[in-house]
Amino acid sequence: MKPDTSTGHKGLELEEPLLFELDGRDRSGVDLPEPDLSNNRLGGLERTAPIGLPGLSEPEVVRHFVRLSQKNYSIDGNLYPLGSCTMKHNPRINEKIARMPGFADAHPLQPESTVQGALEVLDTLGHWLKTITGMPAVAMSPAAGAHGELCGLMAIRSAHTANGDPRKRVLVPESAHGTNPATATLCGYKVDPVPGNDRGRIDLSAVKAKLGDDVAAIMLTNPNTLGLFEDEVLEVAEAIHSVGGYFYCDGANLNAIVGRVRPGDLGVDAMHINLHKTFSTPHGGGGPGSGPVAFSEALAPFAPLPQVVTKDGKLHLLETKTGEAAQSFGRLRSFHGQMGMFTRALAYMMSHGADGLRQIAEDAVLSANYVLSQLQDDMSVAYPAPCMHEVLFDDTFLEGTGVTTLDFAKAMIDEGYHPMTVYFPLVVHGAMLTEPTESESKASLDNLISTLKYLADKAKSGDATHFTEAPRLAPRRRVDETAAARNPVLRWAPPSSPAQAAE
Amino acid sequence: MRYLPLSPDDRSQMLGAIGVPSVDDLFKDVPQSARRDGLLDLPMHQGELEVERAMEAMSARNRPAGAGPSFLGGGAYRHHIPASVDHLIQRSEFLTSYTPYQPEISQGTLQFLFEFQTQVAMLTGMEIANASMYEGATACAEAVMMAGRLTRRHKAVLSGGLHPHYGAAVRTTSQFGAMDVVSKDPTLDGGEDLSADLDDQTACVVVQNPDVFGRLHDYSGLAAACHEAGALLVVAVTEVVSLGAVKSPGEMGADIVAAEGQSLGVGLSFGGPYVGLMAAHKKHVRQMPGRLCGEAADVDGRRSYVLTLSTREQHIRREKATSNICTNSGLCALAFGIHVALLGEVGMRRLAGLNHAAAVDLAGRLEKIPGVTVADGAFFNEFTVTLPGPAADVVQTLADRDILAGVPASRLFPDRDELANVLLVAATETNTSPEMDALVAGLTEVLS
Repeated sequence: MKPDTSTGHKGLELEEPLLFELDGRDRSGVDLPEPDLSNNRLGGLERTAPIGLPGLSEPEVVRHFVRLSQKNYSIDGNLYPLGSCTMKHNPRINEKIARMPGFADAHPLQPESTVQGALEVLDTLGHWLKTITGMPAVAMSPAAGAHGELCGLMAIRSAHTANGDPRKRVLVPESAHGTNPATATLCGYKVDPVPGNDRGRIDLSAVKAKLGDDVAAIMLTNPNTLGLFEDEVLEVAEAIHSVGGYFYCDGANLNAIVGRVRPGDLGVDAMHINLHKTFSTPHGGGGPGSGPVAFSEALAPFAPLPQVVTKDGKLHLLETKTGEAAQSFGRLRSFHGQMGMFTRALAYMMSHGADGLRQIAEDAVLSANYVLSQLQDDMSVAYPAPCMHEVLFDDTFLEGTGVTTLDFAKAMIDEGYHPMTVYFPLVVHGAMLTEPTESESKASLDNLISTLKYLADKAKSGDATHFTEAPRLAPRRRVDETAAARNPVLRWAPPSSPAQAAE
Repeated sequence: MRYLPLSPDDRSQMLGAIGVPSVDDLFKDVPQSARRDGLLDLPMHQGELEVERAMEAMSARNRPAGAGPSFLGGGAYRHHIPASVDHLIQRSEFLTSYTPYQPEISQGTLQFLFEFQTQVAMLTGMEIANASMYEGATACAEAVMMAGRLTRRHKAVLSGGLHPHYGAAVRTTSQFGAMDVVSKDPTLDGGEDLSADLDDQTACVVVQNPDVFGRLHDYSGLAAACHEAGALLVVAVTEVVSLGAVKSPGEMGADIVAAEGQSLGVGLSFGGPYVGLMAAHKKHVRQMPGRLCGEAADVDGRRSYVLTLSTREQHIRREKATSNICTNSGLCALAFGIHVALLGEVGMRRLAGLNHAAAVDLAGRLEKIPGVTVADGAFFNEFTVTLPGPAADVVQTLADRDILAGVPASRLFPDRDELANVLLVAATETNTSPEMDALVAGLTEVLS
């Protein structure tokens, strides 16, 4: 609620104006000498217009951003059960390693002889990823999961094109992440949606019915977005391969199977790996991510540039379509990939080792099933157990209460929790996709369980207002997103001067 | 294992509560033939000390750019980052939060994104900006697709002065779509008349300022010609510090700006992660890719921020989305925003001025070396020199003496024999006079 204070502050929680509204004029938080521009070579293109930036001292800037930070929820603060996002602990040793000068201060275009250690990180991480996926090749450059999807689909299209026909359709389950159909479209394919069956898996007979020699690929998430393992995955792979199509696997949910199941053993031809999910590079409020793509033998020749190769005992970057990269589909971005994410992910993998990685999957799946088992009588589980690393609830348990999934989520905020992923996947009514991850202790899981039980009971008891009015205790109450979209204000602008106002 | 809180006792209690004897029972949906009983052929877990040691050994096999004289640019620039930037971005609430889908508990991220959008719009001289892209080259590729949607045309003309990685990203991304990409040859004399390539199918012309050879251009005339032909002008910027000293793309008439923000707050990091900037006219916002943060109000009427216009995006529109992008480069955008906030108007202009002054100083010194020709014309903090022999050999020889002399043009244009002797040299506020002396001495000796 709006606090009854003269400042608008609420104890430790301080209201903070925009940077541009702070009293800033000709100060700077960085002491720099006045440059000598008597001999300038800007060719008459000097900036004459003011930029418009406020001038603030360092303490003012630090205070501004510290205050902003205090309005954010974080995994360091509490369990963050966002399904499909894998909000796990982010170890700080990884931050320290990413900042080692040999990594953080290496220029991407330095001579190769001066960056052998950086190339070794690319090569070593590539080896771990190939071993984990059981696939022979990996492209390191994609900047995020969706970028990895683009990379995978481009390799698929290139392989078909090399074979004389790029083909027309890509099969995408109705439960897929939105990036899958968007990516297929970007690669010039028509998206052909495939329904699920009543067990929450892809309908194998529907897949078979849609097959034809114009089908380029199927994009399947496994474990799927309903938190279930696709138990007919081998049959799906066989079916798509039988018409010469490729199996793209959305690797968003690798955390559930790492060390226990190798996607290569499932017939996968291409799969992106979200280093920011399974391998714990921090989400950073929405990026940067990193999405290396593992390839099967069939697609490996089409992988993007650059590639790391070993020659005469030295590591090299292959940056042109020559040698083993002669059939590469090209370059996706500048330079070589998200190095700062590679060092973090590699440190994370080395810390866990083969034994720890397998334990990650086991603990993540165990925790989700424990949450399921403790809440199955209070909330409505969408599909029967076991689930994989996330449990999907629907809104059946809220029927007739006047409480929606959104209301339920907002009430969790008042209880100190970030809600689970809501209204995704779209195929389940009022979906609540809950992913506790392996980072939670049993006590932490029990706290979540008792909170959700309490809220479910409260909803059923008829106290709908408790939910529809929520959140009451967060830095903000519900935000009017519709009005924001109707008249978008996307930047601060200086208040118009009195002269302008008079016009 | 230090990151896993569950004890063996917890695990058996939880299995008991679930009602299965073993964790294997939870994996029963995995086909038998795909279940692995043993461990992967990888090393076992290690303590923090061991991991740190192993990674330190790899780090030590690189020469950090700042460990000695370094004059590398070519799309990534070494600048001083104030210590408070890195401290602030490591605050748990920024570092370990997700995309701000729940605005009530994400106002910190949302407000800084709104501020970032404002800073980017101001620096580029454009009306609006999005909440960041992956990095500069992908932003450029997205800008071309955006221009295609806005004009409903399908030809893009890329200047020969566009960074070749940016050109490659445009060509790769559009190779399976409907966009025909015309890539002009790089020329050292700077003579390039792109208006001759404009026709009634041209969606956009893509130029860069300063261009890949460091040269500054006034694109006002080209902008007018583009608009005359119904096409859009996309301006790429790889050195964003230049915007503190040089007329902005917006002032020149750009329709879309696609830039790399790495120079402010982010650092070199061997090429990534960086932060892509994209700015445009407000009237084009509904065809813009990427996240946008907008001002809103909560039910108590308090000013708030929220992700907005998401009906453009893949999670709503699926195959009809403006782009498949689902993340931005949030933490790098924060670093950029903090650095720009610290600099302010005065600092931003001084920083840009110091970069230019350093480059002018260095160009003056290099001009005096026999056999070295510094390119004529206007530049910001990077310029080309032509050497008597292959630049890559000179760079390697000097690297062996611990001097990073610059980027040989052959690294960026491996197929262009005519550029083999060209070296790109950049100077920033981090380069000292003794470092410049070392480069001059090294180059003089190698060439003599």
